[in-house]
Amino acid sequence: MNSAIANPRITNSIIVAEGLEKRFDEFRAVDGVSFNVRKGEVFGFLGQNGAGKTTTMKMIQCVSPRTGGRLEVFGMDVDTHQQEIKKLLGVAPQENNLDPDFTVYENLMVYSRYFDIPRDEAKEIIEELLDFFQLSEKRDTLIEKISGGMKRRLMLARALVNKPGLLVLDEPTIGLDPQARHLIWDKIKSMRDKGNTIILTTHYLDEAERLCDRLVIMDHGKILVEGKPDELVREYVGTNVVEAENNPEVKACLQRKDMKYEVVGDRIQIHTNNPHDITSALLEECHLGFITARSATLEDVFLKFAGRKLRE
Amino acid sequence: MAISIISYFKIPKLSYRVWKVWHRNMDVFMKTFKVNFIPPFLEPLLYLFALGFGLGTYIEGIEGISYPRFIAPALIAISIMNSSFFECTYGSYVRMYYQKTFDGIIATPLSIEEVITGEILWGATRSLINTTIMLVVIAFFGLIDLRYSLLVIPLSFLAGLLFASIGMCFTAISPNINSMNYPTFLFITPMFLLSGTFFPLSILPASAQYFAIAFLPLTHVVSITRALTLASPSWFMILNLVWIIIASLVLFVLSINLMKRRLIV
Ligand SMILES: Nc1ncnc2c1ncn2[C@@H]1O[C@H](COP(=O)(O)OP(=O)(O)O)[C@@H](O)[C@H]1O
Ligand SMILES: [Mg+2]
Repeated sequence: MNSAIANPRITNSIIVAEGLEKRFDEFRAVDGVSFNVRKGEVFGFLGQNGAGKTTTMKMIQCVSPRTGGRLEVFGMDVDTHQQEIKKLLGVAPQENNLDPDFTVYENLMVYSRYFDIPRDEAKEIIEELLDFFQLSEKRDTLIEKISGGMKRRLMLARALVNKPGLLVLDEPTIGLDPQARHLIWDKIKSMRDKGNTIILTTHYLDEAERLCDRLVIMDHGKILVEGKPDELVREYVGTNVVEAENNPEVKACLQRKDMKYEVVGDRIQIHTNNPHDITSALLEECHLGFITARSATLEDVFLKFAGRKLRE
Repeated sequence: MAISIISYFKIPKLSYRVWKVWHRNMDVFMKTFKVNFIPPFLEPLLYLFALGFGLGTYIEGIEGISYPRFIAPALIAISIMNSSFFECTYGSYVRMYYQKTFDGIIATPLSIEEVITGEILWGATRSLINTTIMLVVIAFFGLIDLRYSLLVIPLSFLAGLLFASIGMCFTAISPNINSMNYPTFLFITPMFLLSGTFFPLSILPASAQYFAIAFLPLTHVVSITRALTLASPSWFMILNLVWIIIASLVLFVLSINLMKRRLIV
């Protein structure tokens, strides 16, 4: 196992997926995806519910066998090296599965046993984790008595007891209030700063934009696009978005001027690198009810790729 | 067809890690150990008073044995059955389905085979714990011969493995927790009454006797336990023991494969 990690091909690539596929009977939940996760980066899977993110995570975790393609984690095949791979993973699944029979502290202790961590070493690690995730005060509280945000933090802490080489976070902030989400974001960022390799899934665009070094947008089991958040925005949208009311008059005017636009709900959007000129041109020539210009975000990229299907 | 049946009997790969699951359940058990020790303490008392000393006063004795002495080993055997069977049906089902404990554990180096094996070992341990307590209580009434009775303790673990595996098979195929009532009423309750527990098998028609010996695991456990507590060993014990060992092995392997089928998707 150690020799596998020392292999130079693997030191930069923690996960290699090629044409990875998962079928449930005839339904393709993951439909031939390829990606490459490098050491030390936060790699995101962004997509709506049902896009196939969790299914992908479960294949990486070696708990759900793939039905096609190639998938290597730490240079090892997930079919044949489950135990070796799982030793090196820290997993926080979408659904909390903390042990309700135990307290916060006991949850971490029992979990560390599964990884064969000696008791004294585990104690030290657990103290650090409780402190880092601001759970020290709740150490002797049963799971059902702590808040949703704390449960999520404890899931992260638990994923770190074995000092994993790869963290798998499936929807780390799902169902949390804004304050709790910010706290978790902070923790994920400082884990990244410590050099952890992290993959995370999310359907929150702001979360992906904030946390991910690189990401893929998934839809219907396929990867639509891959890249760095800011580069994706620049490449597919431009620096800015000018938005106007969606009415026939505006559309006619834009068509007259031969300008490309997108219809998003009750709005018309023009993607551009030059918001100033466009805005003034529109204001002068098109009699607009309202108009705004703003920086382009990942949401615009997302809607451009996944949005059409969303509206179907 | 043949291949698909073989796939239910694939030998699982196991390691020392199975004991980590056992340890987890033991930890939970110890958190509430005082409560956990009450049933095996009270149950024999209730049965002995109601059946042994109550009903038993109207019974002359069976095959020269007083009625309380006749049913005492059956009470132990029933407890062996119930402890592990219910631990690995309702107990395991709750951990698997409601608490997602198995999901949490298989994200670590443990495999699903090891988790299920740990659960079965724990079920058998419950049988052993309860049996030990019951032996003490029943010995207090002078109803068992202490020369051989200590052997009931290792027997309880072995037979516990059998009933734990049976329970785990039902857990693997139960669509929901309520459907576990079927094996309880259709399998456990009839066995409780018809396995030579409260009256000797010999008064049943021959065909029923053969049926009990061939298909009712409790028959064999009652038979050995009674031979031990009455200190009257016989060659029939060997048959009982072989039956229990073979059935345990087969059902253990089957339960693991059924569980894999359920949980690995
Ligand atoms: N065990 C399963 N059996 C059948 N279909 C499944 C199973 N698990 C997931 N799916 C389906 O696969 C698709 C992708 O699910 P999932 O990976 O959970 O999506 P996401 O995590 O992106 O929301 C969904 O349509 C879901 O219903
Ligand atoms: Mg999901």
